[in-house]
Amino acid sequence: MSDDIYREIILDHYRNPRNKGKLTDADVTIHDSNPLCGDEIDIHLKVEEDKIKDIKFEGRGCAISQASASMLTEMILNKPLSSVKNITKDDILENIGLMNLGPARIKCALLSLKVLKLGMVKYYSDRDPVAAKQVRDDSKLY
Amino acid sequence: MMQKSALNVSKIREDFPILRRKINGNKALIYLDNAATTQKPHSVINAISDYYMNYNSNIHRAVHQLAEEATVAYEMTREKIAKFINARSPNEIIFTRNATEAINLVSYSWARRNIGKGDVIVITEIEHHSNIVPWQILGDEKAAKLEYLRVDDRGYLSFQDYERYLQSNKVKLVSVSQMSNVLGTIIPIEQMIKMAHDKGIQVLIDGAQSVPHMPVNVQKMDCDFMAFSAHKMLGPTGVGVLYVKEEILEKMSPFIGGGDMIKEVHKDRTVYNDLPYKFEAGTPNIADVIGFGAAIDYLQAIGMNAVREHEIEMTKYAIKSLERVKGVTIYGPSNENHRGAVISFNIGDIHPHDLATLMNDQGIAIRSGHHCAQVLMDRLDLSATSRASFYIYNTKQEIDMFIDALERARKVFRI
Repeated sequence: MSDDIYREIILDHYRNPRNKGKLTDADVTIHDSNPLCGDEIDIHLKVEEDKIKDIKFEGRGCAISQASASMLTEMILNKPLSSVKNITKDDILENIGLMNLGPARIKCALLSLKVLKLGMVKYYSDRDPVAAKQVRDDSKLY
Repeated sequence: MMQKSALNVSKIREDFPILRRKINGNKALIYLDNAATTQKPHSVINAISDYYMNYNSNIHRAVHQLAEEATVAYEMTREKIAKFINARSPNEIIFTRNATEAINLVSYSWARRNIGKGDVIVITEIEHHSNIVPWQILGDEKAAKLEYLRVDDRGYLSFQDYERYLQSNKVKLVSVSQMSNVLGTIIPIEQMIKMAHDKGIQVLIDGAQSVPHMPVNVQKMDCDFMAFSAHKMLGPTGVGVLYVKEEILEKMSPFIGGGDMIKEVHKDRTVYNDLPYKFEAGTPNIADVIGFGAAIDYLQAIGMNAVREHEIEMTKYAIKSLERVKGVTIYGPSNENHRGAVISFNIGDIHPHDLATLMNDQGIAIRSGHHCAQVLMDRLDLSATSRASFYIYNTKQEIDMFIDALERARKVFRI
């Protein structure tokens, strides 16, 4: 049964998302969507000396995708940008407390991580193509 | 449960093996995703396996008995379809992979020759992506313009727009869906076709949602092209139909080149085959075309008027029931006579994908998302809707259980 997916914490992040909005002075902004269900996430990053100084996300979609994005922003704020490459699928599922999502819904949970990793690669490729290639290779998406 | 119905639904249900399936251990399947694809009766499944077990063979060329039997069965489906939609001749029926391919065939074989720079193709905001993207591709290639007839919130078209475009004398093709796959709105296509023909403009009807659910008569509506898919009307996947008026078909160039669509091939030239074979290159989907024949038989036996009547009854009941659920917004016409049995809705701030997950817990299959109609979703300012769609085997009891499951979802989301 899926009732336990929609626990208080998921509904809370869905209805009161943290770090939601835009960053006008973002160093990188990246968008992606999930064609399967149309969930959309934009992530804005402000980076200083490889540290994520600020992060905001915009998006629309299901409770899982939006709550997962909200929790991800809390998880990585003030962490090194390069550490994003090490975040795994299980880290995300553990972070949102949903280890048993089916193959369709798991994409909802992981969309924000995908966008964040794309953002990281974009940030580096704008500055240092060689480093960008390295993080891209290291960055196992799922 | 007994119900007054145009159809003997309990008898019909016995013909569909999948309806005995349990979901999540012990929940009876309640299949409400019929606008995406329908379930298949025994007769269709048996027709396909009968072909493979007893007369599997390639068609049209060999003279041995198996080939003869297979050819007859394949061509019989063409005749059945011609009768089903009241085409003048089976020569007007072309088999494709699906409705999408049928529309693309028109785009490649007809529109490429007849539409040029500055010409206009008119479609509507309700179209499925399959009736948008082929015209965008053509428009880019030919520098032709694509114009969308606006719809109101319930999917009713703006005839003012339509008049205006037709007056411009630039329109070369009108391509519209007869029924919205999101809102269920039935479009007054006979009137639209007449207005276009008064200006000498050809009309393509996307019948993917209408042909399975109501009587459709191509001669009466007088469309020039019509596309639909077998799998949305009890038939197998992998078979679509393109109907084209014979006089138009005669002037169309081939779509895909290869075997079976030719009469003679020489080093420097080819003589194409007669209609409709000129448009069916390569070995077709023989088994599934034969299976589609069994689906047409099934629908003919119960009668399309009765199908439509049953669906009006189901739609009316579903809308009435949905209106009583707190927080529900229903999209599309409220008058069941203006719509098909496809109901899009939202409930509170539950995202459709979350709702679909919760419904699945109860064994209920509904659709969620943009339904391949993003232009319409943008027009309605929605990112997604939930959609329940009915067919001949659905019952009012199933609608009651669907409503119970909605109430349950409402509680989970504390609405």
